[in-house]
Amino acid sequence: MPKKYHIYVSPVPPRLNPIGKYTTIEFREDCAGSCRKCVKKKCIYDIFKNNYLHMSTMEEPEYLYTCNSCFRCVQECTKGIFSRVINPEYRALGDKYWTPDIIYKTWFQAHSGKIPVSGAGYRGPFVGYGFDSMWTDMSEIVRPTRDGIHGREYINTCIELSRRPLRLSFNDDMSLATKVPPILEIPLPILFQQPDFGVLSPNILISIAKAAEKIGTLMFIKAKDITSDLIPYVSNLIPCINKNNFRDYTEIIRMCRMVEIDYEQGIKDEISQLRQINQDLFISVGIRVNKEAAQSALEIAQKDIDTIHFYADNNGQEYDSENPLFIKEKIREVHLALVKKSIRRKVNLLFSGGMAMAEHVAKAIICGADGVVIDHPLLIAMECRMCYRCKNGLSCPSKLEEVEPSYGSQRAINLIGAWHSQLLEIMGAMGLREARRLRGEVGRSMWFEDLEKECFGPIFGKRQVSLN
Amino acid sequence: MNLNENYKLPETYETPSRFRNTIGKYTIKRNSNCISCGLCAKLCPYGVHQRYDNYSKPIRPVEHKCIGPICKENSYYCIDRCPQKALTLRPNPILETMGDYRWTSEMLIAHFEMAETGSLPKVNLEYDLGNSGGGFDKIRFIKPDQHKYIDISDDKIDTSVQLNKTGDGRPIKTISIPCYGGGMSYGSTALPVMVGRARAAKRLNTLTCTGEGGYPPELLPYKDHVITQVATGLFGVREETIKYCPVMEFKYAQGAKPGLGGHLLGSKVTPAVAAMRETVVGSSLFSPFPFHSVYSVEDHKKHVDWMKEINHNVLVSVKVSTPTDVDMVAVGAYYAGAHIVHIDGSYGGTGAAPDIAKKNIAMPIEYAIPKVHNFLLNEGARDKICLIASGGIRNAMDVAKAIALGADGVVIGTAELVALECVRCSNCESGRGCARGIATTDPELGYMITEEYAEQRIINMYMAWRKQWCEILRGFGMKSLKELVGRSDLLVHLDYLDESERKKYKPAPNIQMVI
Repeated sequence: MPKKYHIYVSPVPPRLNPIGKYTTIEFREDCAGSCRKCVKKKCIYDIFKNNYLHMSTMEEPEYLYTCNSCFRCVQECTKGIFSRVINPEYRALGDKYWTPDIIYKTWFQAHSGKIPVSGAGYRGPFVGYGFDSMWTDMSEIVRPTRDGIHGREYINTCIELSRRPLRLSFNDDMSLATKVPPILEIPLPILFQQPDFGVLSPNILISIAKAAEKIGTLMFIKAKDITSDLIPYVSNLIPCINKNNFRDYTEIIRMCRMVEIDYEQGIKDEISQLRQINQDLFISVGIRVNKEAAQSALEIAQKDIDTIHFYADNNGQEYDSENPLFIKEKIREVHLALVKKSIRRKVNLLFSGGMAMAEHVAKAIICGADGVVIDHPLLIAMECRMCYRCKNGLSCPSKLEEVEPSYGSQRAINLIGAWHSQLLEIMGAMGLREARRLRGEVGRSMWFEDLEKECFGPIFGKRQVSLN
Repeated sequence: MNLNENYKLPETYETPSRFRNTIGKYTIKRNSNCISCGLCAKLCPYGVHQRYDNYSKPIRPVEHKCIGPICKENSYYCIDRCPQKALTLRPNPILETMGDYRWTSEMLIAHFEMAETGSLPKVNLEYDLGNSGGGFDKIRFIKPDQHKYIDISDDKIDTSVQLNKTGDGRPIKTISIPCYGGGMSYGSTALPVMVGRARAAKRLNTLTCTGEGGYPPELLPYKDHVITQVATGLFGVREETIKYCPVMEFKYAQGAKPGLGGHLLGSKVTPAVAAMRETVVGSSLFSPFPFHSVYSVEDHKKHVDWMKEINHNVLVSVKVSTPTDVDMVAVGAYYAGAHIVHIDGSYGGTGAAPDIAKKNIAMPIEYAIPKVHNFLLNEGARDKICLIASGGIRNAMDVAKAIALGADGVVIGTAELVALECVRCSNCESGRGCARGIATTDPELGYMITEEYAEQRIINMYMAWRKQWCEILRGFGMKSLKELVGRSDLLVHLDYLDESERKKYKPAPNIQMVI
């Protein structure tokens, strides 16, 4: 049995005060002054501990960021001077897709490397957009025991990025006649890519590359951005090139294991030229998710390539459409098109865009992806607020330009460690011990539309309102 | 009209909040113009303004009793009548920071009020519907035919549930309300809360459950109303704890964390908890999953038989989560000899669970109930087994809807804690546990609650709920809740109605929240 894969996390505190959801406010003019029952002394979370200290140093009070919303100060103050509001800075985090909750929990995971655990039940909407309209299955009894995060039987999260022969042939003496292509395997179905915006200082890219190396995954990066500082990590980098510029990077192509070439009509020759530069090279073809995604996948899959990497937009939507579909639907479409033509096994499918939470990894794989590629969660791990100021040339409130690789890489490792643990939890609940078996296993999931039709249809008839 | 003719429903009486400042929908502020004339105290029939004979200074208004601007029509509207114009009335801004999509702030406050008074709130609060945008929050009872209304009093209406329908010679256990308490272990909740719940169960003639953390001796006086849970960790399970109980529960899975074992984080494992569970102080306890001795229905039957052999009068409940094949699981439990199949939906409560599990794994209970009910019907087994639902059932209307969808009764966990003034801050699992003294093992915090307070608040809440159930039954011309079981023809779902029909029903709340 191979050595058990493990991501080593260690706490990395944030550089700045994290933005908490709630802020306690107090009307001090009504304070009794010398009250012996002052609730600030009784706070079980000690959030008021440095209350006076920060006043004297004129710093922002910590309790603005650490309230755990138990309401005891509000309800027990003898003068009733406490109230609470939602921290306006918290509201300003992210956008409709990258919600404050996602950002806040990503910070927690990057800080601690732990999975978010909380008490009380689920707090969100019944059903939502995109991945929030499906649930994963679980098994009551008949199943292997789980590994989970607590370590028992091994759950394998490896995936392959290399092509496979569609069939094997044998010689008369029963020896293998088919030349089996080399295998490229990574230990978890999550790859990194260079974000398309943000303060992408050299240190940020080094942090991501270093994290990829430690974890054993790969990072998609524009070939032009591979500087000498990144060369030590080159075997974990996938330079992104195109038909016109790949000859400029022959040296890098020789050093790395995999490259990605932009999809264009007639790239067949370029693919063979790439193989001439590096015979052991694995080739990914990068293409945007649009209406023709499935058709393009069928064409590309016929070529001598290993992986197709589909790019959706930052919110997981297809490009070039007035009514864009979400990536969940597009994965399904592409996967099924390849299955139908019996070519799915030959190539691997990676999807990027909108992969914001650990659950998206499992759900994307259930829909038919082999793995997912993430970018912005890595920036958020380094305390990005998704405020988009950098897009307008404004300064970064999280000072991403000051990120040190030791800090940045460990925060990214912590995040992926937490995501990996959550993937194990979901697979463990399903009773699956092999991430590759999860691919396209929609039978191990429940979809809103299906449940409504099956459970509510016989009672209520036909649904008149669509989900979105 | 309960089967047990000697049983009388418990009395309700005012059980005020433990906290000095209550939270209401509205906030009333008295400014320094007040001359303490006492007129407002004389006028307000709701008790917002209080005044004592031997104390003439103004007292801060009891805000949660204020019915708000609607009061303006009344001659006693304090804001207008105050001679000094010293009072101001506004919606309470703190509500925005309270609650979530499932338990809205108004639903929380309304349940505080029910637990305090035993009656439905006088304040205009939406406590029947959450803001989740689906499931129970989109389901409504149809408008009843006015001619069917029967004018009988609440005490003539039967809300009991029979737990043993198998006719196997074991006791026909009947509970007087269609709810019993969910498992909350010694270790997850404070001991006074556990005992308070058991005392309430006794007076309500229903049940509560030990959870998987063992059977504290303090529960023994109420043992006829306490379910012993046997979960995968087998913490504190002993032969005598099976012998005590009228019903034992196999917990295969829990809705909030289906497919994962129980989580009790180390900081809550105090010496007392560790002793009860025979474990090490401060060490996190993760129950295994699944039962390592059960890999088939036959193995499960072996377990059921084992329990039945230990206690010849015990009824067996099988608690499972809601996977895609929940109907097959339920029928398997039936054929193995269970009396109760308890399905726990994915949006249920917990003391600690990974967020990813709470949100994503297994289906919501609204789907599982009709799925299981209909499957058991087709299998010819429905009238031989008691179907209990739980997991995200928050209020009296949810209970009634669950029953109309096909359940015989429900299990309630979170709502009982809300009656004890839980604000669902989600910090049950960390550090010393609940800051409000409910889900904690910390000796100091645990004594914020008395058993008497917990008992009466829970009784008050259920008796307020009962009023709602009785009103629904009267409307449909029914005298027993049993008549409502499986009557999904009395329900509509807003998303399945055309626009004109939909307008006839209360719209689903649709507030964008920051979570």
